Amino acid sequence: MDLTLSDEQRLLRESADRFVAETFTSEHRKKATNDPLGYSPAIWKQFAELGWLALPIAEAHGGLGGGAIEIGLLMEAFGRGLVSEPFLSTVVIGAALVAECGTEAQQQAILPRVAEGALTLAFAHSERAARFDLAHVDTTAAKTADGWRLNGSKIAVLDGAAASQIIVSARTANANGASGKLCLFLVPPGTPGLTLRDYARLGGGHGCNLDLSDVQVPADALLGDGRDTLPAIETVVDRAMAALGAEAVGIMQTLLDTTLEYTKIRKQFGRPLSANQVIRHRLADVAMQVDEARSMALRAALMAGAEPVARGRAASGAKAKIGRCARFVAEQAVQLHGAMGVTEELDIGAYFKRLLAFDTLFGSSAHHYRRHAALSGRAHA
Amino acid sequence: MDLTFSAEERAFEQEVRDYIAESLTPEMKRATALTPSVFSDPDIGTAWQRALHKKGWGAPGWPVEHGGPDWTPAQRWIFEAECARAGVPNVNVMGVKMVGPVIIGFGSPEQKNYYLPRILSGEDYWCQGYSEPGSGSDLSSLKTRAVRDGDDYVINGTKIWTTHAHHANRMFALVRTSDEARQQDGISFILIDMKTSGITTRPILTIGGDHEVNQVFFDDVRVPVANRVGEEGKGWTYGKYLLEFERGSGIASAKLREALKTIADLAESEVTGRAIEDPDIAIRMSELEVDIDALEMTELRVLSALQTGQNPGAVSSLIKLRVSEIRQAVTRLGVDVIGQDGLAVEPARPFYRLNHEPAIPEELLPVVPEYLNGRAYTIFGGSSEIQRDIIAKMVLGL
Repeated sequence: MDLTLSDEQRLLRESADRFVAETFTSEHRKKATNDPLGYSPAIWKQFAELGWLALPIAEAHGGLGGGAIEIGLLMEAFGRGLVSEPFLSTVVIGAALVAECGTEAQQQAILPRVAEGALTLAFAHSERAARFDLAHVDTTAAKTADGWRLNGSKIAVLDGAAASQIIVSARTANANGASGKLCLFLVPPGTPGLTLRDYARLGGGHGCNLDLSDVQVPADALLGDGRDTLPAIETVVDRAMAALGAEAVGIMQTLLDTTLEYTKIRKQFGRPLSANQVIRHRLADVAMQVDEARSMALRAALMAGAEPVARGRAASGAKAKIGRCARFVAEQAVQLHGAMGVTEELDIGAYFKRLLAFDTLFGSSAHHYRRHAALSGRAHA
Repeated sequence: MDLTFSAEERAFEQEVRDYIAESLTPEMKRATALTPSVFSDPDIGTAWQRALHKKGWGAPGWPVEHGGPDWTPAQRWIFEAECARAGVPNVNVMGVKMVGPVIIGFGSPEQKNYYLPRILSGEDYWCQGYSEPGSGSDLSSLKTRAVRDGDDYVINGTKIWTTHAHHANRMFALVRTSDEARQQDGISFILIDMKTSGITTRPILTIGGDHEVNQVFFDDVRVPVANRVGEEGKGWTYGKYLLEFERGSGIASAKLREALKTIADLAESEVTGRAIEDPDIAIRMSELEVDIDALEMTELRVLSALQTGQNPGAVSSLIKLRVSEIRQAVTRLGVDVIGQDGLAVEPARPFYRLNHEPAIPEELLPVVPEYLNGRAYTIFGGSSEIQRDIIAKMVLGL
């Protein structure tokens, strides 16, 4: 039983905190908003030099073999600075899917390049009709003479436009058209038949929606050996939710710190806002929810390697609970900043929007309480 | 980082489990399950205290020289968790967890020699004389007065919300020994024999129908000056030390988990018509389980800091606040789980020794009284409003 950081972990946290504080200033964020990529390739290169992109990748594939705790430390720092580099989509999700599903040759071809910052990835999985059900995929992959033909639509593809490869999920169809296994395909953004509608994402970064109309990919675009990938997707998404939880904690902590400062400085009726008990009690509640969120994010990270039911319950519990805390903390931060809180003039709004995005990514709190109940054998939820 | 316990700690866990299995009688277990008040009655609580004392586990938090078991923070965690899992009775915490540490910290050698062994053995049963009718959250405004007369103090006044005053043979009390500019000054910490003449006790029934608390009146009660702990006028400091202890004491998540499991078992059972099939009940069950997960993780973070000699910081107020809120939510869920059987009021006590067949199944009896009595969780030991004041000041530096 030891929840203290190792020396290496402490160093990682310190260097991440320092780098983020120095680099991701308000001015940087305003510039990044107008950047067509949504992030800075120069900073991405620095991430690689710092070893962050190699962090969770196996040593055999040019990585450092780190785990969910290390990812959480980085993500919390990223949350504090509202980092919009595609770390989640490329490293936490993309590289993990390749590691979980890819053949040895695919892993060798892709993972070292991710680690060195030469290749970015995105995951195109969600579909509008699926809501948050990871198993619901209507996109199809039909076997052709020399590969696969993909048809369907995807939404909420994080950092898709800037990705070197998009990992697209689809149901394979056999000769009589029956829906088959859930498989993953590597599709470069420029592939004919692929229509990509890029957008600036709520809270920073970019996202896109995809239409796949008779998209032809070669046989080796199939990630892995054709086995059903739903269990791997669930594993990776559970870990991504733990990582996002840590990021949300960083965002919430910043909102708390900023709001505390503001209520001490802002004077009305001749005294600081923080002299009022109603404000003090509200801030106590905010602090308590930030702390609960911190505990849940840590728990999800510690359980990231557990068997699927325990891991899923921890991940969904964290996503649900942190989602609720995030909503409360964000709304109170705006409320306590008064009219200034509802402008673009302070950073509060940007942090607020990132938490709003967090809440819906991979499923709302209500969805994850339902999943938690189902995984706990309370099937009627 | 590592969530698992070491091999030695696992072995200790087994030892605790084995000892509980051999010494916790089915009668004690049933009585505890059927007790809807915050504390167990002394007939079962003291029996359990004796069993623990026999093993040398009578006071887990005390230093070795006074009979503590010299456990690491992890061992204390394991002990508390196993006790919760097994459903053991509550011991007289006013002795072991409240007055005991104050006597150890500030008492005279004579007081330590006399009182501490009697707490360990269960021979003495303590109650706490803090609140007064006019002094609740504003405790330091207390008016019960102790006037020096030779080698005695003569005490006049009244204390209220005194848990188990009707069972206790001793009380520790805060009394005013002088009037000072600051109301926190001039308060002394006194140990009182409840059999002293001039003490009368009036029962107060709580909202769930249980006799747990009392009002105690002092009418020219003579207490030897030797029964004062520490210096005259410094009682507030000692009393606050104790309240800190009360807030941070114990590991609550394991108990809450068991309380939720009891409700979950009822919801899964035909006795509630399988309430779990109501999606609202199922979701709230998950919400509470997740809240308890978060609390447990916070407690483990504190434990881990203590294990490695770090200061966990001012989290005890955060924990007290969450524990009381979650506890109330669990009891509220219980009421919703049993549905219309909650209408049946059983006035007789204790539920584990009824002379008649109750109107509803026995296991449903404590559910509504637990919810009703449990409204006190956010009031005693410093109300939630006071806790938020403390968090704002101590944690947020406002």
